[in-house]
Parts: sequence; C-alpha cells; structure tokens
Amino acid sequence: MNLGVGSVVKNMSGASCSVSWKSNDNNQFPAGLRVLVVDDDPTCLRILEKMLRNCHYEVTKSNRAEIALSLLRENRNGFDIVISDVHMPDMDGFKLLEHVGLEMDLPVIMMSADDSKDVVMKGVTHGACDYLIKPVRIEALKNIWQHVIRKKKHEWKDKDFDQSATAEEGDRQQKPSEDVDYSSSANEGGNWKSSKRRKEEEDETEERDDSSSLKKPRVVWSVELHQQFVQAVNQLGIDKAVPKKILELMNVPGLTRENVASHLQKYRLYLRRLSGVSQHPSGLNNSFMGHPEATYGMSSFNGLELQALAATGQLPAQSLATLQAAALGRSATKGATLSMPLVDQRNIFSFENPKLRFPEGQQQLNNSNKQINLLHGIPTTMEPKQLADLHQSSQSFGAMNMQGNSRVQQNNALLMHMPQQQPSRAQMLNETNNGSQVSRPPLTMSQQSLSSNGIPGALLSRSGGIVANVRGPVHSPVSQASPIVDFSLNQNTELQNNSFPLVRSNSGMSTMTSKRMLQEEVNSDIKRSRGFPSGYNMFDELHQQKSQDWGLSGVGSTFDAITGTLDVSPSMLVQQGISSMKRNGQNGSSPISNAFSSSREESGNVNPMGGNFLTVKAEQLPDASYQNNFFPDQFGQDDLMSALLKQQESVGPVESEFGFDGYALDNLPV
Amino acid sequence: MEVGQLQRSFIEYMSSLFNEGFLDAQFSQLQQLQDESNPDFVVEVVSLFFEDSERLLNDLTMALDQPNVDFKQVDAHVHQLKGSSSSVGAQRVKNCCVPFRSVCEEKNTEACLRCLQQIKQEYLLVKNKLQTLFELEQQIVAAGGAIPMMQ
Repeated sequence: MNLGVGSVVKNMSGASCSVSWKSNDNNQFPAGLRVLVVDDDPTCLRILEKMLRNCHYEVTKSNRAEIALSLLRENRNGFDIVISDVHMPDMDGFKLLEHVGLEMDLPVIMMSADDSKDVVMKGVTHGACDYLIKPVRIEALKNIWQHVIRKKKHEWKDKDFDQSATAEEGDRQQKPSEDVDYSSSANEGGNWKSSKRRKEEEDETEERDDSSSLKKPRVVWSVELHQQFVQAVNQLGIDKAVPKKILELMNVPGLTRENVASHLQKYRLYLRRLSGVSQHPSGLNNSFMGHPEATYGMSSFNGLELQALAATGQLPAQSLATLQAAALGRSATKGATLSMPLVDQRNIFSFENPKLRFPEGQQQLNNSNKQINLLHGIPTTMEPKQLADLHQSSQSFGAMNMQGNSRVQQNNALLMHMPQQQPSRAQMLNETNNGSQVSRPPLTMSQQSLSSNGIPGALLSRSGGIVANVRGPVHSPVSQASPIVDFSLNQNTELQNNSFPLVRSNSGMSTMTSKRMLQEEVNSDIKRSRGFPSGYNMFDELHQQKSQDWGLSGVGSTFDAITGTLDVSPSMLVQQGISSMKRNGQNGSSPISNAFSSSREESGNVNPMGGNFLTVKAEQLPDASYQNNFFPDQFGQDDLMSALLKQQESVGPVESEFGFDGYALDNLPV
Repeated sequence: MEVGQLQRSFIEYMSSLFNEGFLDAQFSQLQQLQDESNPDFVVEVVSLFFEDSERLLNDLTMALDQPNVDFKQVDAHVHQLKGSSSSVGAQRVKNCCVPFRSVCEEKNTEACLRCLQQIKQEYLLVKNKLQTLFELEQQIVAAGGAIPMMQ
C-alpha cells in the first residue's frame, strides 16, 4: 500500500488488548504494545508495520517525522515506544529522538541501513535506547518491549524519596479498578501500561491515575539538594562522578543511589544539550529580557512552589525555608534582575515567567491591568468559555494578590478551589504579567503567604511542577506568559491534567479526565518549551557562566528528562528557575508566562492560578502540565508534574500550597 | 500447464533466484510474514519497492547530471536505496550501493555514474525476475493450485 506523503496510518488492531492487559494476564504481555514507527522509506515502513503486527503490537506508522511528532504530542499517552529511521528528509532522526525524549520521554529505537560506528554512537549519545541495522528482522522487533519496561522501572525507582508510601499504596490498591476506568476513558494503551506497571512493581506501584496524581515516591530535587549534587559532581569531576560517590559526598539521608543515578543521567543530558543544542535559548532569552520583572516574579514563584512543596510535605521544611529566604531576599533586592536564566530555555521560560512575575506583582499590582493581555494573548486551546472565566477569575485573583499576606491565604483558598478560582487566578496572572505575562499577583500572594504561611516549598514545588509541564508549549509563546500562569498550569496539570495542581481536589480532577488529552498536549508542549525551568535554574546557579544557557537549555532538556523519569521535583525546578531567574532576569519572565498560558487550556477550570495561565499563554503550560500528571498510563510523561501532583495530592488542596502563599520567589536567593 | 508442473517451475525458479544472489534471506522473511490476513503482502511490498527505487534512480540520474553535483544528496539517495533494497531482500542491488557510497564520498562523478549504471542494471534484472515469479504464482493459483512454500 502506498503511504501518501506525510501520511499516517494507525492500526488499532490491538484495541481489545487493553482489556486483556488489565486483567494482568502475563500471557498477553507484551501484546498491545503501542508502537509508533517513523520512516520515510515506504517499503521499510510497510515491512516494519507487518512485522510489528505479527508481534501483536499496536502499530501506527508515519513517513514524516513532523507528523509523528504531532501525533505524539496529541496523544501523550498514546504510545509506548517509538521506532525511527535515522535519515529522513524532513527531520533528522536524532532530532526527533531528542524531541521525543524531552517532551514525552518515551523510549526511542533508532534504525538505519547505516551501521557505521559513529552513527550508532550518535544514537547512544542522543539517548536512543536501541539501534537496529536494516534490514530489520522480526526477531529484533519482538523484544522491543523490554525498553518500555526498563524505562518504566527506572522511573519508578526514582520516585521514592518524598512521596509517602502509604498514599501510594492506598492508591495502588484501587488501581486495578482504575485501570479499567482508564482503559475506557483513556487510551487503550493506558491499561497496558497500568497493568504492566502493576505486574512489574509489586510494591511501590505508583499507579498513575489521571484523575488523581500518581503516587510514586519521588525524590524532590530541591534547589539545595541539587546544589549539593552539583557540588559533589564538580568535586569528583564530571567524568569520575559516579552515583555512589556522589551519594556519599552529598550525604543526604534517605537519598538512594538510584535517585542520584537518574538525576545524574539527566544532568549529563542537560550538559550535553547545553553544548550541543541551542535551539531555544535565544527565543527564551528574548522574552526574558523583556521582563526583568519576570525574573523577579520567578524567584518568588519558586519560593511559592517551594512552599507548596513544603506544604505538601514533600519538601523538607528546611529547604523551604531556605528557598523562601532566598526568594524573599531575591525578590526584595532584585526585582529587575531576576531574568531567569531559565527563561532561555523554553521550559524555563514558561515556568519562570510566572514566578518572576509574582514578586513583582506585589509591587506592581497596578500593572495588573496590563496583564490582562495575557489572557488575550493565549492561543488557547481553551474553550472560549473557559477563557472568559479565566479572565474573570484572574481579575479577581489579581486583586487578591495585591493584598498581602492575608491575601495570600485567601489566594490559597482560591487556589484550593480551583474551578472557581482559576479564572481569577489566571486573571491575576495575566494582569501581573504585562508583557512578560507573568502574573504577579499570584506570586505576590504567594509571597505573602510564603512569608506568613511558610509554604514556600509547596509553591516552589508547584511551580516546579508547572514548569515541567509547561515545557512543551512554552516554546512558542514563550515570551511572555505570565510565570504565574505557567506555574499554576504546571501544578494543575500535575494535579489533574487540566486543573491546576492546587485544585487537584475534586473539581480539577473531573475536568481533568476530559481534558486529559488536552493537557497532555499542553504538558508536552509545556514541557517542551520549558523543560525544566526549575531544574534549569538550579543548574544555572551552579554554573554561573553558562547559567543562562544552561538554565534555559538545560532546563528544558533536563526537564524533559526529568519529567520523563521524574525525579526532578518541581521544587527543584522552581528553585532553579528562581535562581536562574534572578540571575538572568531576562529569562524568567517568559517561561513562566508561557507556562501559564499553556496551562490555560487545561486549566480552564483549574486553579485560580491556572486560570491565568490558561489565558495567558495559550499553549504552553496547560497542556504540558495537564498531561504530565494526569495520564496515568503515560508513565513516561510523568515527569515533574506527576511528581508534583503526587506531592500535591498528598498535600490536599494544592491551591493553598500553590499559593500564592506569598512565597516570594524573588526572595529566593539567586 | 498443469498445476504440478507450474509448481515445480516455481520452486526451481525461486531457488535459482536465491542461489544467484538476486534474493537473500530477507525475502524469505517477507514470505513468512505473508499470511491469510495479508495474502498479497509480498507483492505489495515489492511493488512499493519498485516504485520507490525507480523514483530514486531517477533522482540519482538527475543529481549526477548536474554541473555541480550535490554529492550529499546523491549519497542520501543511495543510502535510501540501500535501505529499501536490503529490506526486501534484493541483495545484488543492495551490494551495488556500498561502493556507490564510497565513490560519493570521494566525490568522483565518473565513478558515481558507473555505479549508477550498474545499479540500474541490477535493479532491472531483479525486477524482471520478481515479476516472472509473481506471474508464476498467479498461474498456479489460476490453475487451482497452492503456491509452494519455499524453505
């Protein structure tokens, strides 16, 4: 058969497999594995498709990389593994590999008729989990499921630091029934994943629940923790830095070698990307530059996240305090300098903007009016209605922020009730972020609350989460999405696909389910663009000279990696974002705003903050954030967002944490 | 011709193709992939191969006809041809691609043209052989017989 140019053919032959997967029937496994195969050669494509079908996999084929990528983005949880040719006319296979790894964190197998060592090596360095030489034999394809399992296992392992095991276990118990639900409502693949997961992990199982956060124990890589990590790595020398030694040097109780190992892997990828890839930074920087405030906001935002994280109990109080102090200190002194380095990165950009905005928001709530444009600016995918709602809520939200500590608490409350609040929040965000679209108010609130409530961690984590999610879409809008928005988006996404994390609780969840897809997209987008803003920031601080780049580029990549694998906790992201923000001022604003805007989609109903996001940045955060967290079956995407979600879930009303508790991101020490 | 005879001819012909190196084990894989759900799988894939190859050979001809040959482009085409020919099991075509890529790297237009000529010949040969094979299959089926499975 002929594939037209750029055509995609999907065969849902294994549709019924989902049910069988669920039944935890080992005999069925790995049947129904959802494979996306990309190759411009129609002959090979057809052959591969047939071979994969014979392996009882569910195959989707595409002869164009861009189409495959958009397919992946639309269907965050729709695939388990990707097989791609190296030489393709429209996009280099390695580039696709990177995108997939960053945005969706799916295992990717490269293949080519070229078996020269350097090409194979390239596959390895870019993170391909395998490399097949053409002609591909069916025997080689039979075992590709191992890569999916391996990746999942790796992710699971990484999450066992902060999450309370009980929550997860409780969740797990219900998982079987949830799986069923998932299969019906979610992608078919979801079940496969869930059941697979159940099969694989007996006891830590973090089942991913699109409505509820996936409770996996996750290591929250706070700024401090990451700093410790980087110090250890630098001490040992990047070449000699092995997880075991790093672990010893760090001397952090509760941290496992696996946590360090996965974090190291991400870090390495990040560094590699910094040196090799530089797609986004420029874009981000620009946006960032525009909004010194953004950075300011970012820092505060980070603080908020930290608070949020702390609130959820994920973040150690101590780190929260530190973060808060840092944020407060930073915000106080450097409103304009925040420019988050993160911003450079798409990821950061979205993430950071919101954060940056926050602190500034406080001071400049008056600017809120300007920020309204955020809402307008968002390319949203949100339904007009939601958008309208967001506008409204954001407005109110903005007002809230202005108020001060007491406000913060109120804001938190807002956050808590996302559905209603979201719009206000979004509004706030919008308002705060004029150009940069960083919604300050939320930050302000958080700041205030931070100081008063001391939930900086939560906020930070949240923002971290958001950042993560935002990664994807942020890319494009990057410019000015209010950081807050992003933040909320991330959070929301984590919590519930669409809603802001804060809101997780109920309202968010229901909406989430429906918006899962959207969120996924958003998430992916957000993630893409923002990458790991927070993570990025962290790196930034550590590596001053390349902070900007690192932050931005790194964040994105890191984020992606992290989100995929998930260890990076939102807090980390946040912190990083904050630090980078502070440092770079310029970057900060954009990412955040982006994040927010993206979230807007999803969040239509989500947190108040989310509301802002949604409106602000149409594409970025919402999608990203949503997706990450909510699609349980999508393990890979469970990057920070999920971590965040989990954290948040345990915490309860995320909003409160998210808060714009007034944690001043700015204050966070850069 | 009666079915038994057709079938014997078919088997002989098929064996010769393998023995003479026109087809390799990959082609057997294709045959094994064919089943009731895809009864014409081999024909389908080989048709795709024919179309794709002809397009590539045309592109190669044009590329090498330029005053300033874009060797990168030429190499890309050859690489593609190598991939598809190896996937269907057209061994001799695939084998021509290897030296072709070397001379591309050397940017030797003359040598490239010679390689192109050779590839075209091999391609036409294998195309001819496969078409004959498919015709034999059709005759067997038309005569009410089953196509013998090669092992």
